[in-house]
Amino acid sequence: MGTFDVTKHILVPKHTKLSEKEKEALFAKYNITFRELPKILKNDPAIAHLNPKAGDVIKIERKSKTAGKAIYYRGVVG
Amino acid sequence: MVDPMINTKIVYKMIDRLIFGMLSPKVIKKMASAKIVTPELYDKEGYPVDGGLMDLRLGVIDPGLRCKTCGGRLKECVGHFGYIELARPVIHVKFVKLIYDLLRCTCKDCGRILIPADVISRYKARLNKIEEEEGIERRREKIKEIITKLKTINKCPYCGAKQLKITLEKPTTFLENEKKLSPIEIRARLEKIPDEDFAIFGINPKAMRPEWAVLTVLPIPPVTMRPSITLETGERSEDDLTHKLGDIVRINQRLFENINAGAPEIIIDDLWELLQYHVTTYFDNTIAQIPPARHKSGHPLKTLTERIKSKEGRIRHNLAGKRTNFSARTVISPDPMLMLDEVGVPLVVAMKLTIPERATEWNIEYLKHFVEAGPTKYPGANYVIRPDGKRKKITDETKEQLLEELAPGYAVERHLLDGDIAVFNRQPSLHRMSMMAHKVKVLPYKTFRLNPAVCHPYNADFDGDEMNLHIPQTEEARAEAKELIAIPTQLISPRYGLAIMGCIQDAISGNYLLTKGMKLKRTEAIELLASIGVEDFSRLPNKEFVFGKEVFSCIFPKDFCFVGSSKGVNEEGDYEVIIKDGKLVKGVMDKGCLGPEAGLMLRALHKRYGPERTVEIIGLMFRLGIKVLLKYGFTAGLADADLPEEIKLKVKEILDKAEEEAENVIGLYQQGMLEVYPGRTLRETVELKILELLNRARNKVGELIREYVSGSFFQIMAESGARGNYLNLTQMSATVGQQALRGKRIERGYKHRTLSCFRKHDLCPAAHGFIRSSYKEGLLPHEFFFAAITGRDGLMDTALRTPKSGYLYRRLANALQDLKVEYDGTVREAGGNIIQFTYGEDGIDVSKSEGGKINVQSVISNV
Repeated sequence: MGTFDVTKHILVPKHTKLSEKEKEALFAKYNITFRELPKILKNDPAIAHLNPKAGDVIKIERKSKTAGKAIYYRGVVG
Repeated sequence: MVDPMINTKIVYKMIDRLIFGMLSPKVIKKMASAKIVTPELYDKEGYPVDGGLMDLRLGVIDPGLRCKTCGGRLKECVGHFGYIELARPVIHVKFVKLIYDLLRCTCKDCGRILIPADVISRYKARLNKIEEEEGIERRREKIKEIITKLKTINKCPYCGAKQLKITLEKPTTFLENEKKLSPIEIRARLEKIPDEDFAIFGINPKAMRPEWAVLTVLPIPPVTMRPSITLETGERSEDDLTHKLGDIVRINQRLFENINAGAPEIIIDDLWELLQYHVTTYFDNTIAQIPPARHKSGHPLKTLTERIKSKEGRIRHNLAGKRTNFSARTVISPDPMLMLDEVGVPLVVAMKLTIPERATEWNIEYLKHFVEAGPTKYPGANYVIRPDGKRKKITDETKEQLLEELAPGYAVERHLLDGDIAVFNRQPSLHRMSMMAHKVKVLPYKTFRLNPAVCHPYNADFDGDEMNLHIPQTEEARAEAKELIAIPTQLISPRYGLAIMGCIQDAISGNYLLTKGMKLKRTEAIELLASIGVEDFSRLPNKEFVFGKEVFSCIFPKDFCFVGSSKGVNEEGDYEVIIKDGKLVKGVMDKGCLGPEAGLMLRALHKRYGPERTVEIIGLMFRLGIKVLLKYGFTAGLADADLPEEIKLKVKEILDKAEEEAENVIGLYQQGMLEVYPGRTLRETVELKILELLNRARNKVGELIREYVSGSFFQIMAESGARGNYLNLTQMSATVGQQALRGKRIERGYKHRTLSCFRKHDLCPAAHGFIRSSYKEGLLPHEFFFAAITGRDGLMDTALRTPKSGYLYRRLANALQDLKVEYDGTVREAGGNIIQFTYGEDGIDVSKSEGGKINVQSVISNV
């Protein structure tokens, strides 16, 4: 069976990893720590290509019915 | 003996922890204030016997008497325990399981647990874990398992004594090798179990000792727990518990006497057995193996366990099932002449529900009127509350004295008056609009009255619905109700930002008729407006005949401007509604503008003129619509479903053609010449084709009807959105159409056919649930049957779906209940964890939007 790249799938939104600096800025903006972020598993197929490790923050750009584009952040765990 | 602890005043303390355990005989004697020795309750004078079950030391249940233990009066004294010394020990039924486990797992001679010390230390952690995860029962089972596995069951690992097989003969008899073990023997064995071994069973040895499960003394609950009632005949009727305790004491005394007299063992054993029975049923009268103790009348006694257990027990009935005072429930009925924020309260209810009003030097005269009227005359008062909090009922005897006594600082619980605040509620309370504050309006008759415009938020109708009314009792509660849940504050639904109250049914069709080109005499118009409470006629054009639109416009504020759309077409053939400077220039007023959860007109009014004004206008609109119908008549009769002859012919033509086409499709199918749809079988293709064909035919008929029925009352209702639609009309007057079951034609029934009146394998429309007749013409037998099939299916569907979706909604609401939008626009749960970074991804507060959107155009034009 050939490999299937989930990131190419139409239903998988764009996932990117935040840099340390961006991370700081995000935490400052919402006055949160890593703990308060929604979580994503390290081995989630959608972020496999990002080579994530626990403690990273993933930025997700989703299509939204109400807002056109919506940005979401998830912290890598596990 | 007076216990100094009990005699002192009540001390308030914080609960630090709870320990569950058993009462030891010592504690039972210590906490008792009387020893009960005689089954007699009262002497010849009717005075409680000393040492009897109604002993005055056990508390007071009669007004005027004082407790012999604490000196408190009725309600001051909470009651005191007594005790009886049992002549012979008896087993406590509720601990039989524990006793059984302990007897089987410990040595009969030395009382040690039948597991060697080294094995125990190995298993301790495991046992603790099992108890934590699966409960204490499993722990004991596990101990038994360990013992069986050790195979040394027959011999004690400590003293080497041979163990015999112990069995339980339910409920309370233990046998060792088929020989009865007396409670005395059992108690002796349990006494031998050391604390450390006992602890292995998962019980705190500090809280109880196993031998306490064999009773030697029995606590007698205070009389306050088992009050006797005096019947009208003057006879005293004792509580079930008192009866049961009487039995116990009687048998106990007999047993004592017999033992002292040296009676034969058989007699003693019999009495002992009887004592065991009475004590057992005293704890639980629903034990399977023994007959329940009964009253003389034959009904079983309600003893301790039954008091606590099940739906009618203390826990579910009294502790979990709370009831509210100052509330009422009755059937609801409509009254459009009430304001939206009013609720009609029956006079009888208004005289039972009260509001405490504090007397001051300024209102004391006013309050005296209520007291003087008393509880039987409206408006009166039921109680006077003294400054010390004592409630005094107003009766003919107390009235004079209370009137004199009344002074600032007193409060009078007066009857409800018009304008008082009440919280009105209909279950299921699914959203916040299910409980709203109304102003009371006291009315005759026995139902709650509400304006039909507020039916929608409550989801109420008048087919027998009941609603609840609560009267806030404090100034704070009233203020909260007024500011937070009053009708005007709830007008805009937080779900999508549209008005949730509006005109329904007649009010819509009435306004539709009025605004769709009705012309009436100016005098008639004035009469109409006056009847709904509009008194300013200056805005009505000064000419002999005025248009309905001009009459309707009188309700709007003078400077109201609005552009929107209606549901139905207006006289110009489009859907536009234009209101300019408070005048309806173009368009009709129908469900799209007036209805609940519909159009933006009510929303615009709310935005511009505020909630109170809007609620008032909705009320006016509602009444106007109804009065129009009242004045000009509106009746849908059988004739409204009539079709002219030529339309009937056209309908017949369409249906004939459809059937013919269906016949053709079937013909092609049978010859095998039908073209198959991709991904379908041949059979499926025929079905789909026929279904499509017949649906198309019915739609065609529908359009035809739509064109030709204009002017009938049904048409007005359907067009304005008041009730019904064109499909209903088509089904009544032209054809009912295809009956579908799970998206398909009806196929089930007999072998290869739906009903025995059809040929086998017949595919024609009629044989598969096509109803050609209309409801008015009447259905053919087979058509009627098909209609019944889908009707029943639909009924079952709703009956099964309603509870399912209700539970689904409940789970959703509970899961989301403490999510909250923070000031930074994020949605977070109670722990501060982020759920959404921007509420709804677009950050729009829907309750402040218009139908979930923000109308940028109007925001710009209003800047």
